[in-house]
Amino acid sequence: MNLEMLTVDAARTAVLEKQTTAMALVDAFYQKIEAEDPAIGAYLTLCKERAHRQAERVDALADKGDALPPLAGVPVAIKDVLTTKGVRTTAGSKILGNFIAPYDATAVARLEIAGAIVLGKTNCDEFAMGSSNENSGFHPVKNPRDHSRVPGGSSGGSAAVVAAGTAVASLGSDTGGSIRQPGAFCGVVGLKPTYGRVSRYGLIAFASSLDHVGPFGKTVKDVALILRHMAGRDPMDSTSADLPVPDYASEIGQPVTGLRIGVPKEYFGEGLDPEVRASVEAGIQELAKAGCEIVTVSLLHTEYAIPTYYLIATAEASSNLARFDGVRYGLRAKEAKTLAEMYRKTRDAGFGTEVKRRIMLGTYALSAGYYDAYYLKAQKVRSLLAHDFDEAFAKVDVIATPTTPTPAFKLGEKADDPLAMYLADIYTVTANLVGVPGITVPCGTSKEGLPIGMQILGRHFDEATLLKTAHVVEHALA
Amino acid sequence: MVSEKDVSYVADLAHLELTAEERARMLKDLNSILGYMERLNQLDTADVEPMAQVARRYGVAKDVSSGEALAYAMRADELRPSLPHEEAMSNAPQTDGTFFKVPKVIER
Repeated sequence: MNLEMLTVDAARTAVLEKQTTAMALVDAFYQKIEAEDPAIGAYLTLCKERAHRQAERVDALADKGDALPPLAGVPVAIKDVLTTKGVRTTAGSKILGNFIAPYDATAVARLEIAGAIVLGKTNCDEFAMGSSNENSGFHPVKNPRDHSRVPGGSSGGSAAVVAAGTAVASLGSDTGGSIRQPGAFCGVVGLKPTYGRVSRYGLIAFASSLDHVGPFGKTVKDVALILRHMAGRDPMDSTSADLPVPDYASEIGQPVTGLRIGVPKEYFGEGLDPEVRASVEAGIQELAKAGCEIVTVSLLHTEYAIPTYYLIATAEASSNLARFDGVRYGLRAKEAKTLAEMYRKTRDAGFGTEVKRRIMLGTYALSAGYYDAYYLKAQKVRSLLAHDFDEAFAKVDVIATPTTPTPAFKLGEKADDPLAMYLADIYTVTANLVGVPGITVPCGTSKEGLPIGMQILGRHFDEATLLKTAHVVEHALA
Repeated sequence: MVSEKDVSYVADLAHLELTAEERARMLKDLNSILGYMERLNQLDTADVEPMAQVARRYGVAKDVSSGEALAYAMRADELRPSLPHEEAMSNAPQTDGTFFKVPKVIER
């Protein structure tokens, strides 16, 4: 069985039709991980015992001839910002280096109920803060397509395992592009659902009004299947929406005739790599050929998205990360004489440079005298950005853009320039501020052989149209 | 402009100690990043409502109150099972079995 080509449906069918057992499939993946992952560094923790227990359950059902659940036997990987009961959960940080989560994140629990098998936890930028995976508290991840380049971030490990074929699909989190950007850099499909579509319970918080849980897969259909089985209302997350979950996969292959595709001129300006532009424009042409109407739209405040995003995200992060104080879990500095000293020494030892920088920036933006000028100002511009999207979606059904300004950059290239790193998120952050869903789908490769991704954004809770449109691009350019 | 004094003040608020080297780096980075953020002041936002979160926007008419729009998120105020004490304490760096232990808080 070719593990690198294995899709969600193919994995389930192989178990259903007794071509293999879930146990044999899991062991084949562990063999591949142990042989190939050390060169990439995408996994932080393998949970073999848990995977074997789940494989036994699936195989027992298959033996009895019972109906198999929809994701039965599908080996998946989970970004290490989602809690997994009894399994080390680090958020990519030394401060949680030995943390064993006491409960499962809802998204993880739901995938297991649907029969999926969790192979392990994937590397990421510390607390999901970064765009290259170089901010991991443990080690960076290499791009499986070119080991001298970054896989993107912060969900770099989850994108890399799907690209390398060391998991069939994976879960990531996306606060400002952390699923879509590494998806584009590694040449896989990545979806950030609408805010509220998937429960955040068990997602270690970075910026609560911007954090999303979403899937990576080799195909649009794979992410549609994974989304279907983890979405929906969860009483444990008050912001999860009480709306029905459609059968997203049934939309795949449906006609897109007459669909209006918005192309925002602000996303095709200065700073966009010519090869990325050409590939994305080719993808848009394919949509036109499939009968879509291409409409130029304007998202007027796009140039203000990065400053708005980094003020709001860091302000929320400075508050969320106050909980890491060495009292209840995680690292504690030993030599402290007073409580205040213990807090400081613990946080100094446990957090990396970028996390400290963002805590400082967010604390500054919220501090007396600066709150109105920075944080409140950013919240107001967030309203303007939301209004831009309301106006655009009055005219079009989806919006097509590049996912990133360039293909994957070199390891170390931007590591010393935080602002340059932030600017790499220019096309992705707005969807988080506004809450609309976004997907990245491969639409070409550069001359150097690096994947290029096209981003498609949709209306709130209209993932179905997003997936249907992305499939047209995938099908035409495959 | 952020000053060295500001860096010290903010580090105190955030319970970070930071080495001299880290402080110098922080001063440079904060000024560079906040300098870039100044561009938000090009926009007149005097009449714009701040937006703290997106949950309010889910296809709900603008004249519906927040309470009504988010009514689905309400639940009865009843006791429910929670994380057992033992499990809640299982990751504690230092405990006496019942409570979390921390260094002395009050000098006397």
